[in-house]
Amino acid sequence: MTRWSMVIDLEKCVACQGCSVACRMENNTPVIEPEQAELGRSIRWNDVFPMPVNPTEETGEYPTVRTEYMTRPCMHCENPPCVKVCPVQATFKDEEGLVRQNYDRCIGCRFCTVACPYGVRYFNWYKPEWEEGMEQYHNPDKIESGGVSEGPAVRPKGVVEKCTYCVHRLHKARARAEAEERDFRADEYVPACVQTCTGKARFFGDLDDPESTVSTLSTSSRAFHLLEDVGTHPKTTYLGEG
Amino acid sequence: MLKVEARDKAKLIDPLYTSTRGFWMLLAVLLAVLGWAVYMYIQQLTLGLGQTGMGRPVYWGVYMVNFIFFIGISHAGTLISAILRVTGAEWRRPITRVAEAITAFALIVGTLQIIIDMGRPERLLNAIIYGRLQSPILWDIVSVTAYFMGSITYLYLPVIPDAALLRDNFPEDGPKWRLRLYTILALGWRGNRTQWIRLEKVIAVMALLIIPIAVSVHTIISWILATTVQPGWHSTIFGPYFVIGAIFSGIGALFIAMSLLRKNMGLENYFTEKQYRNLGAIFITTAAFWMYFTYSEHLTLAAGQGIHEFPVLASKLWGPYAPGFWSMVIMMLSAFWILVTPKFMPSEEKRPRIFHPRIAFGSLGLTIVMALLISNVLGLPVPDALNPLLWILLFGSLLLGGLGIATWFKTRFVAASVTSAIFVLISMWLERWYIIVPTMTHPYLVRYAEYAPSWTEISETAGSIALFMIMFLVFFKFFPVISIWEVAEGRVLDQEAAKTGPMPMPEVSSTARKGRLGFRRTE
Repeated sequence: MTRWSMVIDLEKCVACQGCSVACRMENNTPVIEPEQAELGRSIRWNDVFPMPVNPTEETGEYPTVRTEYMTRPCMHCENPPCVKVCPVQATFKDEEGLVRQNYDRCIGCRFCTVACPYGVRYFNWYKPEWEEGMEQYHNPDKIESGGVSEGPAVRPKGVVEKCTYCVHRLHKARARAEAEERDFRADEYVPACVQTCTGKARFFGDLDDPESTVSTLSTSSRAFHLLEDVGTHPKTTYLGEG
Repeated sequence: MLKVEARDKAKLIDPLYTSTRGFWMLLAVLLAVLGWAVYMYIQQLTLGLGQTGMGRPVYWGVYMVNFIFFIGISHAGTLISAILRVTGAEWRRPITRVAEAITAFALIVGTLQIIIDMGRPERLLNAIIYGRLQSPILWDIVSVTAYFMGSITYLYLPVIPDAALLRDNFPEDGPKWRLRLYTILALGWRGNRTQWIRLEKVIAVMALLIIPIAVSVHTIISWILATTVQPGWHSTIFGPYFVIGAIFSGIGALFIAMSLLRKNMGLENYFTEKQYRNLGAIFITTAAFWMYFTYSEHLTLAAGQGIHEFPVLASKLWGPYAPGFWSMVIMMLSAFWILVTPKFMPSEEKRPRIFHPRIAFGSLGLTIVMALLISNVLGLPVPDALNPLLWILLFGSLLLGGLGIATWFKTRFVAASVTSAIFVLISMWLERWYIIVPTMTHPYLVRYAEYAPSWTEISETAGSIALFMIMFLVFFKFFPVISIWEVAEGRVLDQEAAKTGPMPMPEVSSTARKGRLGFRRTE
């Protein structure tokens, strides 16, 4: 069985936000006006932000500030709180551990966005918009068929969306392997953020394969997860700095 | 042909066929508010939920608060009247109909909030087609539906004999369709022995069934929040806390509704002091429970000082939410005070001059002035040395005012109940706000946010209240405010009880007052 997982080495991350941009292009996330962004309505499946997000006493004061850049895709939890609360199974964990979202079924109750402790789920407050002409350059790799629309498929207003580890790339890689009548290999598929990462800080692979890079890195003494104490068991692992 | 007593007919049946100008004007105003809300909703529906003030991380706002509030109000009725029926509280008879009507209509309005809050309301049926029973929302759909069905049935059952009464006493010139309506609703009721036994049996069974359903409804609403791991929500006390809050606000709504009806329809002989006193006792009990739960809930957060939970609490205690939070606390304490202290105050003729209402209101004014001076909102140059004096004056005037108000409320049980009910209703809405919003604005890994409702949300709230009142008004234009047969039955029981004669008094001891304390024997 495959269990997709990502490892992000914060030591190598230069906070260039390349992953964010690649994700936007890959997954057709809309742009919004600045005043809408003020209201917290921007959609960034893969966000880069300073940690801790909210200054606490432990953060320290100048010149001994302790803050670092963090980059955050979906954690694809083993025990995802969002999946547990969805009333219609619009969000679900597939057999390969990817937490996916079906825009065609979502009723927009936003329980999952509330339940997710990582804040990686986004809601379409309005109909998505792009700069003039940009909608002609959408990523065409959409997953759309009767009652299912996922991945880069353009979202209607009023539904929730999230990082899927670029599940459409997995579909595509599988289809190619099938067309070429050979077995699919785990290294044929990486999400856009991993492919683009400037510092080569992101690794992607099968956690169930003990030989894979992600398996080896996950056992590193630097490895940690975000909010380990809330019991979500994330599959996005971080390698801490220093 | 079922007969109705003349006094009941004049007070309860005749007003069903005549409407004052005030009624029509009120209805018109409410319809206007509702119309505006519908317009704003259509706008939200076409453009998107962006019309609200919500965003990331405040994914839930006023709509959710309203949902919890209205479903809470719905506990007025069925639960109260069911518990009172099961425990055989005879004084419940005049208030059951009003209470049950509040339940049914508050449930409709409450459920509507969820639909207003949905991004894709047209996909509502997905919850049935693809429903996952593991989701608290599905639990909610199940329990609210069961509660709605149950309370509609429970509202309807006692209407059957009354509908038959209305059918048999239908005025000559009344509209024929209304006669037909009553005939259908009466289900061929003739008031014979078999029918009565059957009805009593069904009502008894429904009363028993509805209690656990009612408890489950608000528990499950609290579980929607408590089953997440969000700071401030992941709490075991939420179930009972919400249920108590629901009953609390329910009785508050009941107080206001019955007092308005009492005043406008002259129902002083039905909603008597007894109803107010006894409901007041339940109200005080729930208030005490509410304060206990609120304190426990906040104490654990305060003592734990978790890095994620504590900011939520701090924002309420001294952060941006402090003014509203403390207003809520003060209003709740006032509501408690208004109902409890008058019981200990001397009656009007015995009271010292110092308890004159004028002095009381003056003292309360002084309290507000002191509070303003201490908080220094006005920016006046008050030397710090004066502060202790100001505090003493504040507490002194507060105590004087509170005691004076209490003597004033002593003889005015309706005013006392309504005032405290208004305080409670506002506070309970605020309580739900301070449960939802501070947690939403203080999430784990997203920058702390602010939230203010937009005009769309305010309009929907106003429209919801208007819709609730419209349903209430229209319902009571068709059905008597008081369950006529239940009250008549109560009168018969009272007469029977009166026949048994006075209670034998216990023998009086010859020990004098001081002797009881062991000082001196008189004999």
